[in-house]
Amino acid sequence: MNDKRFKIANREAWIGVLLVMINFAIWFGFAYGLGSGDPTEYTYVLGFPAWFFYSCIAGTIFMIVLLYVVIKVFFKDVPFDEEEPKS
Amino acid sequence: MIHWQVIIPLLLFLVVIFMIGIWANKKVRTSESFLQEYFLGGREMGGFILAMTMIATYGSASSFIGGPGVAYTKGLGWVLLAMAQLPAGYFVLMVLGKKFAIIARKFQTITLIDFLRIRYKSDVIVIVSAIAIIVFLFSSMMAQWVGGARLIESLTGLTYPVALFIFAASVLIYVVIGGFRAVALTDAVQGSIMVIGTIILLIGTIIAGGGIDAIMAALVAENPNYVSPFGAEGELTPLYVSTFWILIGVGVVGLPQIAVRAMSYKNAKSMHRAILIGTIAIGTIMFGMHLIGVLARPVMPGIEIGDKVMPLLTLEVLPPVVAGLVLAAPMAATMSTVNALLILVSSTVVKDIYLNYIKPGASDAQIKKASFIVTTVIGLAVVVFALRPPDLIVWLNLFAFGGLEAVFIWSVVLGLYWQKANRYGAIASMFTGMTMYIVIDVFAKNAFGMHSVTLPIIGSLLVFVIVSVITHHKVAHEPNWLDQ
Repeated sequence: MNDKRFKIANREAWIGVLLVMINFAIWFGFAYGLGSGDPTEYTYVLGFPAWFFYSCIAGTIFMIVLLYVVIKVFFKDVPFDEEEPKS
Repeated sequence: MIHWQVIIPLLLFLVVIFMIGIWANKKVRTSESFLQEYFLGGREMGGFILAMTMIATYGSASSFIGGPGVAYTKGLGWVLLAMAQLPAGYFVLMVLGKKFAIIARKFQTITLIDFLRIRYKSDVIVIVSAIAIIVFLFSSMMAQWVGGARLIESLTGLTYPVALFIFAASVLIYVVIGGFRAVALTDAVQGSIMVIGTIILLIGTIIAGGGIDAIMAALVAENPNYVSPFGAEGELTPLYVSTFWILIGVGVVGLPQIAVRAMSYKNAKSMHRAILIGTIAIGTIMFGMHLIGVLARPVMPGIEIGDKVMPLLTLEVLPPVVAGLVLAAPMAATMSTVNALLILVSSTVVKDIYLNYIKPGASDAQIKKASFIVTTVIGLAVVVFALRPPDLIVWLNLFAFGGLEAVFIWSVVLGLYWQKANRYGAIASMFTGMTMYIVIDVFAKNAFGMHSVTLPIIGSLLVFVIVSVITHHKVAHEPNWLDQ
């Protein structure tokens, strides 16, 4: 069955995988990139160690904004009940 | 000692929950399809309810009690680890996504096992899956009930059996009479309490500690490793922490109690909204609660038992009435997990065992009766076991987590998207995942510095693919069942 809806669904599933990879890269990169030195010599952002601020706070906010954009731009509204969509 | 300021908000909370249960029961009694209504709420969830029931089911006592307790002893590295849970907010809904929702409607599937049964046409898969769900989720439920009862015990000063009875009675009544609709709607209330409680306690803790700068300085003064990503003793290696992305991040797709929610929402718009709301909510809770655990260290030094950090901190830094509301949050987290597990185990017994193998032609009245009885009996059985509780709540919980993920993740995901996935591959991967997980966890815990669940997930994927390809000729003549 070449239900068009499944093509959309497949693409959205891959977007999900891609988003997790981006999420992981941000999380890992900032945490261990900035946090590997001597803890007594960390720089601080808004009171938090820089690695923590970028990895856990800014990274999370960035992901939420990214999700918003991705859903607006790429996610399609498809009916669930009809057997075959018209187009 | 009895803290009335804590008990009154909890009682109010219970009243609201009961009213929802009674309202949902009206729907159950008037619905045309009892099974769809009782076990899936008629597939009518909108975005907010879907998001909240996902995160409330996922977030449990360990997010509010156990997790902050560990963060207290390990520092910011544990908050970093907890943030691996962010994908749980969007990944499940995106990956199972619309295809799962469309297929679930087309075949009128009620449970995750229904989907596997239609996809693979194999009794072995149905029975093995049912056993895995019943065994693991029963133990997980028991751990949660013990957690819930202990919480009531410590907050109210009641004895453990009385606390357990109160907890069990409150959950059982609304779940039994209201079914999934009651579960999802109460989850919306409970999830909201979890988010609000987290924010209040985080603010209260920061103020009590004299601001972030002061708290961080105190942490560094005690042990600089508390502000590093590596844990107080440097024990959290990047590899180990990264493998938690499998256990508590992407692997969540394999959890039946989560996956079943991906077949019960109303339309594509609900899903889009739920992704955003759910991710914000789970991000807030996991970040907030674990950070609170770390910040609690300078505010309340010297707490020996991790599980007491959150309740003690709340009573210390917040005014009494607000503390009551915040302490309803772990209660809500526990109840919202337990109610989902209860209805899921019940649906497994009724739909996947009773209707498949014991009484395939049961009438609607018989199904109704069986559903009420099964749900009640399972609930009571959990209470009996919880009276003599085992320790290590977090461990039990995580064991059930990883075990179910190892069993289900590939059968569901590959079954959905890979044409060549077949029953032999699925069976082989289920057994491989399960066996490897138990063997590794018992004999070589965290082998090669990775969480025990990592190798079983990888191993079961390899086995799935290899066996499916080798046995492809056996099933090549069969149609793709999902296309029927």
